[in-house]
Amino acid sequence: MTRKATLTRAQFEDRLFGVLRWFVIAFFAVITVAPFYYMVLLSVKPIDALLLDPGSLWVSAKDFTLSTYRDVLKSTDDGGQGFVKFLLNSALVSIGTVILTLLAAVPGAYAVSRLKFFGHRQVSALFLAVYLFPATLLAVPLFVIFAKLGLSSSLVGLAIVYVAQTVPVAIYMLKNYLVTIPPSIEEAAAIDGAGRLQTVRKVILPLALPSLMATGLYVFMIAWNEFLFALLFLAADPEKWTVSLGLAQLSNGVEVPKTILMAGSVVLTIPVVLLFFAAERMLTEGLTSGADKS
Amino acid sequence: MTTAPVGAPKRRHTGPGSAIRSADRRRRPMTAGRRANRAGLAFVSPTFVVVLVVVILPILWTVLLAFQHAKLVDIQGMGLLGNWSLDNFTQVFDSAGFWSSLGTTLLYTAGATLGSVVLGLIAALALRKPFRGRGLLRAAMLLPYVAPVVAVAFVWEVALSPQYGVVNDWGHRLFGWDNPIAFLSTREYQVDLLGAHFGIPLALLTVIAFECWRYFPFAFLFILARLQAVPAGLEEAATVDGATLTQRFRHILLPQLMPVIALLCVLRFIMTFNKFDDVYLLTGGGAGTNVAAVRVYDFLTARYDVGAAAAQALVLAASLMILLGFYFTFFGNKVQEES
Repeated sequence: MTRKATLTRAQFEDRLFGVLRWFVIAFFAVITVAPFYYMVLLSVKPIDALLLDPGSLWVSAKDFTLSTYRDVLKSTDDGGQGFVKFLLNSALVSIGTVILTLLAAVPGAYAVSRLKFFGHRQVSALFLAVYLFPATLLAVPLFVIFAKLGLSSSLVGLAIVYVAQTVPVAIYMLKNYLVTIPPSIEEAAAIDGAGRLQTVRKVILPLALPSLMATGLYVFMIAWNEFLFALLFLAADPEKWTVSLGLAQLSNGVEVPKTILMAGSVVLTIPVVLLFFAAERMLTEGLTSGADKS
Repeated sequence: MTTAPVGAPKRRHTGPGSAIRSADRRRRPMTAGRRANRAGLAFVSPTFVVVLVVVILPILWTVLLAFQHAKLVDIQGMGLLGNWSLDNFTQVFDSAGFWSSLGTTLLYTAGATLGSVVLGLIAALALRKPFRGRGLLRAAMLLPYVAPVVAVAFVWEVALSPQYGVVNDWGHRLFGWDNPIAFLSTREYQVDLLGAHFGIPLALLTVIAFECWRYFPFAFLFILARLQAVPAGLEEAATVDGATLTQRFRHILLPQLMPVIALLCVLRFIMTFNKFDDVYLLTGGGAGTNVAAVRVYDFLTARYDVGAAAAQALVLAASLMILLGFYFTFFGNKVQEES
């Protein structure tokens, strides 16, 4: 189609953006990966090496150390920071949250996607209203109520708050998947004499397994990463700290070297990132299903 | 014939009213619509109960608290309805930092929303066509969003530190910065540009940049999903008609993407407006980054003034709703038409 030697506007744009595109891709690769590289890099250096040459982008073999991790993970009795305990607390809260959220969200999402009940249109709007209010607004009364119930500085109380924070998005994700399952499958089950609960358990749940996993994973990530409520409810009791909270408190501590802080950050980040990479495709599809139809 | 077994198991879940109605039911089988209605209500009730107890009731209580004198120490013994007053609100509106804090919150929210959506759009366009390593890069680009906020905030803090940060060190090497820049604690950074002398709110800009960085993957993910659903034929037809790349973007892709972009803007605006962790962890609300959510936290933990904190939070939620109201009256219809 090149009739003239000079570029047409279309050709010029194709070439310009063809080149620009690679710069953009490189730019995004750097800004997303570099901070994580930096985090791991600092976590395996002694603090002296960092202070001596703050700009160095690698670690020399003689400086390489894992003592930062030893210090972070060792229990406080042995003079460490006790992160193993925090990891356990975080895991308990997050897994508890996932189970409770799914238990509540599966029937909820099923109802919203399938059943015409009184108020079924308003339900989604109501649940999304949860996110309209600042979490700090909820924090005040929840703090007082939990103190009265003896649930403050307890992991159970924290998990209940997380469930309320994650149930709306879980319902949203599951619903988007459930509407894609043809109703005729359920009708077939009903004709074969299955009750509603039976249909949900034996027909819908197996079919929705990918979406269940994606939703559970997303909920896990929210619970694992949460900071504000952990800070408000658990700050007084170091035995109950989650990893996020433990790390934040570590940074307030006197004379904690930044390299140890980075080792703590790595410990906090690794479980989430591993889970994420294990199920990345499933998760992104679960999150955005429905978005491409809007 | 099948009505009894289908209806029976869920009766247990229908709450107090079911005993009366089930007597009625034995005489006449329920219609499918009524059964669906009951099952639906039963199925949403666990969620509803959790949200009611942990979200709705606390919000209502906050509203009450905002109109009372309430300090954290005496709130335990207080009845639900105490001595009413508007003192908290006069205190909130009169206090020196309130209006500037609201202004900061708006700047922060608008900047972070726009920035993250625009970055996400650019990233989605760049990664639209397949290339080697695209899947891996796509996953890597979601890292800032999935990583814990505490960890990434500390990485930024260390990297931007004036004493041992990598950014200042390389700034010195590459651009010859004379003095290290304290990104997170400089309220006004003085710049001399082409003879003009002015200050930029450096700490606030840094926090906005952090927010853009952390949330552009969210926008990226949704825009990319929508991009891939755009039918290829549309663009091919436009290419055949001689439309250039920018024209195809402006007149074909953008209109297709507009609904999802509008939705993302609203979502990000709400989330960022209420955001607490990011600013608290990066600057603690100092150096001109005192956003409203951090202020509420300070009222609560530094002064133990529950009433004032509740009033402040309520004003915050009200301003957000007014803004959203404006948005939906002016743009809501347009978005609906397009979708």
